Amino acid sequence: MTITIDKIALFLGIVLMLIGLYGAFSLKSIIRIILSLSIFDTGINVLIVSLGYLKGRTAPIIDGDKVTVENIFNVAIDPVPQALVLTAIVIGFGVTALMLVYALKLYQSKKTLDINQFSDLKW
Amino acid sequence: MRNSFLIILIAAFAWFMYDIFSEYQTQEQLNKTAAYYNSNEPSEAGAANVVTAIVVTYRGLDTLGEVTVLFLATLIIGFILKNKAEKIIDSKYKTSEILETGAKVLVPGSLILGVYIFINGHLTPGGGFQGGAVIGSAIVLLLLADPNKIVSHKLMNFIESTSGFFYVVIGILGLIIAGGFLDNRIFPLGKLGSLISAGAIPLIYSFIGLKVGAEISGIVNNINETELTDKL
Repeated sequence: MTITIDKIALFLGIVLMLIGLYGAFSLKSIIRIILSLSIFDTGINVLIVSLGYLKGRTAPIIDGDKVTVENIFNVAIDPVPQALVLTAIVIGFGVTALMLVYALKLYQSKKTLDINQFSDLKW
Repeated sequence: MRNSFLIILIAAFAWFMYDIFSEYQTQEQLNKTAAYYNSNEPSEAGAANVVTAIVVTYRGLDTLGEVTVLFLATLIIGFILKNKAEKIIDSKYKTSEILETGAKVLVPGSLILGVYIFINGHLTPGGGFQGGAVIGSAIVLLLLADPNKIVSHKLMNFIESTSGFFYVVIGILGLIIAGGFLDNRIFPLGKLGSLISAGAIPLIYSFIGLKVGAEISGIVNNINETELTDKL
């Protein structure tokens, strides 16, 4: 396995996903589980952005210097994954905020954040 | 038992991802969708930042849905953390001198930076969501420095609902004047790269920025007030 310069972001995204997955399954504190899920989310976002990368190209912003209206076709990368990831980040923020508020409510009800204490739905 | 199962699961996932990683080849050419956006966007939408044009114009309905999801999250958080009306002032939440002074210096600057980011969303990397997040972080700093500070819920709700309302109004104007819902050509496109250009994109992104900023501040404010009333 060789990690070339254009695959670093892809590799990083996968590593972040693995860290997040391991944390979400192994940790006991609810806050830490939420953090792990957040890291997993970030990993997916990095992975999607890296899929839009093209070798030696730059951001799709017309600045009149390096990228102009004439040559944007040949020097700019794929803008679609970036637009999609912007959506994904905002949704991720909303989900994380909701999870944190639920954690706050759970703490108020039992005065603990240990996931093993919340076994009411277990049978 | 439980741990070995976890390790097997992680290893399986890693193997699955390794397969994708080793097979993946970086593309040499843009695919058809990206080529269309990159070559036609400057003449169709007139924004210097192609990503902004996609988010606000081509996929404008998507962004409206996204803002709605964020609004719903705020609404549910406000519903779960039903606060008592009055806020209890407690002097034991005194924070350090450095934080208070730093907040006094940094909060106005952060607010202006947020406004700058969402006004220039069609020219630079940035936009409504990013600018809104910066405004939200300014409110976080304000509340960290002084947890007893009262940030008006009414003002936040007013900013949020009016900007959401005008966002939809601009969308419907596009339906009447220009080619479709959320079409940005209701105003002239202007010169590419200048501040007032790209039709309605700066206006829409400013409304999104105000809305997101108000929503994030509202969430933080709600959590902060619950913390205060809960501990007493």
